[in-house]
This record gives sequence, structure tokens and C-alpha cells, in this order.
Amino acid sequence: MVKELERAGLPTTHICTIVPISMTVGANRIVPAVAIPHPLGNPSLTREQEKSLRRKLVLKALKALTLDVERQTVFEDGV
Amino acid sequence: MGKFRVVHYINQFFGQIGGEEKADIPPQDREGALGPGMAFNASFSGEAEIVGTVICGDSYFNEHQEEAITDILERIKKYNPDLVIAGPAFNAGRYGMACGSVCKAVREALNIPAVTGMFIENPGVEVYKKDVYIIETAGSAAGMREAVPKMAKLALKLVKGEQIGTPQEEGYIPRGIRKNVFAEEYGAKRAVDMLIKKLKGEPFTTEYPMPDFDRVTPAPAVKDLSKAKVALVTSGGIVPKGNPDKIEASSASKYGKYDIEGVEYLTPEKYQTAHGGYDPTYANQDPNRVLPVDVMRELEKEGVIGKLHRYYYATVGNGTSVANARRFAQEIAKELVADGVQAVILTST
Repeated sequence: MVKELERAGLPTTHICTIVPISMTVGANRIVPAVAIPHPLGNPSLTREQEKSLRRKLVLKALKALTLDVERQTVFEDGV
Repeated sequence: MGKFRVVHYINQFFGQIGGEEKADIPPQDREGALGPGMAFNASFSGEAEIVGTVICGDSYFNEHQEEAITDILERIKKYNPDLVIAGPAFNAGRYGMACGSVCKAVREALNIPAVTGMFIENPGVEVYKKDVYIIETAGSAAGMREAVPKMAKLALKLVKGEQIGTPQEEGYIPRGIRKNVFAEEYGAKRAVDMLIKKLKGEPFTTEYPMPDFDRVTPAPAVKDLSKAKVALVTSGGIVPKGNPDKIEASSASKYGKYDIEGVEYLTPEKYQTAHGGYDPTYANQDPNRVLPVDVMRELEKEGVIGKLHRYYYATVGNGTSVANARRFAQEIAKELVADGVQAVILTST
């Protein structure tokens, strides 16, 4: 799906847990997520901590959208 | 000579531990065969026997790949096997990734043969087909009866050091290995024969299929996020409560488009997941964990993004065919472009 969105000219960040699958599928902007059943959350944290974690991931995904990439790029921590 | 010793790798489901609610269990092992292992034992017809079964939850494996593989290798080694069988995983993506990874690690670290089985669209195929023998199976466990004898046969050949035939003969997915063979006719004749068949519209088999490198050039970056309209799309199955479009829990044939105008965050009263391929507990407690509407709204208010698009799109990425996923996204992309959306965040479970 990410590939077809990008093909249509829409920069797309894929937030996903299993990065190798995303690489194989052909996503160009990839942000690794937390876990399969809760990619953007962590039930063991407090609500506030969890939201701040989610905010970080979304900000990273948005940042990835503002960067020109030449090839498939995984945006790890600190990028 | 005694029987070849086999270790079988399976997931929590085939290991009869539980469904998605048990997908996060770490590796464990049992003596003897379990579940599909019984069928393998029957297919080995006395030449080999499953001496141990290693089980790991699919989510655990994919979320802790390095630790999991180390642990699994130790458990496999304990049984001193001659051969490892993994799966078959059919079209279960996480299971396929685990089976492929286990087989590759077994070959590299233990230097013994390993065989697995998957449906051709399993993501594990693309990732591991070059490294391991993957018997092509049906999309669901209904194909167990055809898959097991093929896997057992190839595994026995490998462990006995017998010559392995072509992918067509043995039923495994081509590994991209070229072998020299003697042909009846010389090359020019074969090429002309093929051309004539092609001109006549008759079926013919190429000797060199073109590799399919479907890569998309990255779309240009968004210049100014604070003016951009950003849309959310998910394959994690987040839908309004009750799943009004009846998106299937697996092998989805459709997607939904949902209005979130004025929605500040997703509540468990109004939203849920329709996905049948992961434990829904956490997504149903707080759907923002899969589709981050709460944070996107915040960032919209703060002016980090110009606007969160009024609609989000959702489907279930669980054994969904590549053809369907492609079609969904082509349709979604068309609408998003027409609606002036400039960028997308797509979340997957």
C-alpha cells in the first residue's frame, strides 16, 4: 500500500513493527514501531508516558516526510 | 543406521498453546512431535523422526528477533538434530518471517539442512527464499495435507545428501540459483522455437524469467509541513465500533473511509480493530495505539501540520492479497490527491 501511495506522488511514512517486511514491500520512509499489537503505544506505561511516546513516533514520521530520500530509509532513534 | 533426528519449529497456535492472546510467548520446547509434527512423522515413513519441537509466539519472535533466534538455536541444538523443519506457515506473515529466519540460522550456525513451507505471497518468501528451501503451499492450513509430504520428501533428500531437482520438480520456491544442464537442442534453436510459439500465441516457458524489481522512486519531501494536509491510513484494522463496512478479519476484500471531523481522539466506545491477526486487547482499549488521531490533532492545533485530513482509510492487512492491497491503495491515493492531501502516515501492526 505504501508503494502505491508513493507512486501517486504522495510522500508516505510507514510506521511498522516488522521493518524487514516493510523493506521487502518497498516502503521508502520507514519508522520502526513499538510492538505488533500496539505499534504506537505501550500499555505498560502510564497514559501520559504512552502519549509522549506516541508523539515522538509521529513527530519522527512527520520529519521523515520533510526529508528527501534517495532510497529506502529506516529512521531510527535520533534521526 | 538409525533414524534421522528432526527438530520441528512451530508457532503458539500450531503448538496448541493458544491464539493471538498467546502470540507473545517466548521460546519453549517439548520432546517429541506436536500438532503438524505428527503428519511429518507419518510422511518420513520410518526414515526420520521428530525428537523435539520448539515453539515460539509469532509476535514475540518478530519483536525480539535476535534474542528469540539465539534462544531457539540453543533449544534446537539440545536435541542434536540432523535436520530442522519449520512450519509450514502458509500465509501467516509473522510466522513465515520466523520460519525463514529459523531455517537460515540453522543452516548457518548448525550447518544442517532446514526446510520450511509458505504461500507465495507470505512476506517471509521474499526475505528468505534465497537462503532457504521454502516449499510452496496453499494460503491456509487447509493445504497442510499437500504441504507436509512435499516438505518431508525434500527434507529427506537434503539430509541424505541426494541430488535436489529443479523448483518445479521438488515444489520449492526458486532460489535464484543457476545450474548448468545439458539440453537436447542448442540455444539458437530453442530461442527460435520459443519465438515461433510466442508469435503463434502458444504457451511457452522462458529459460530466464526477468526478475521483478518493483521499486518506487521516493516521492519528493513535503516543503512546509505547517501548511500541509496530512492523511492517516492503516492496515491495522481500526474501524468505527461494529465495523460498519464488515471488513474481513483476514484476507480483506475491501477498505473503509471514515470521517474524523471534530474527533479529538479515538475512544474505545466508538472505535475498535477488525484485524484478526494480532491480539486486539490493546487496540480495543485505546485505538490511538494503532491510529494516532490524538497526537495528530494536537500537532494540528500546535501548527506543526497544516491539517489532519478529514477522512482516514483503513483495511486489515492479514493475509490480504497483494493484488487487493495494491488496488485499495491506488484508489485511496487517487482520492487523497484529489482532496489535496500532500503526505501520508500509514501505520501497520
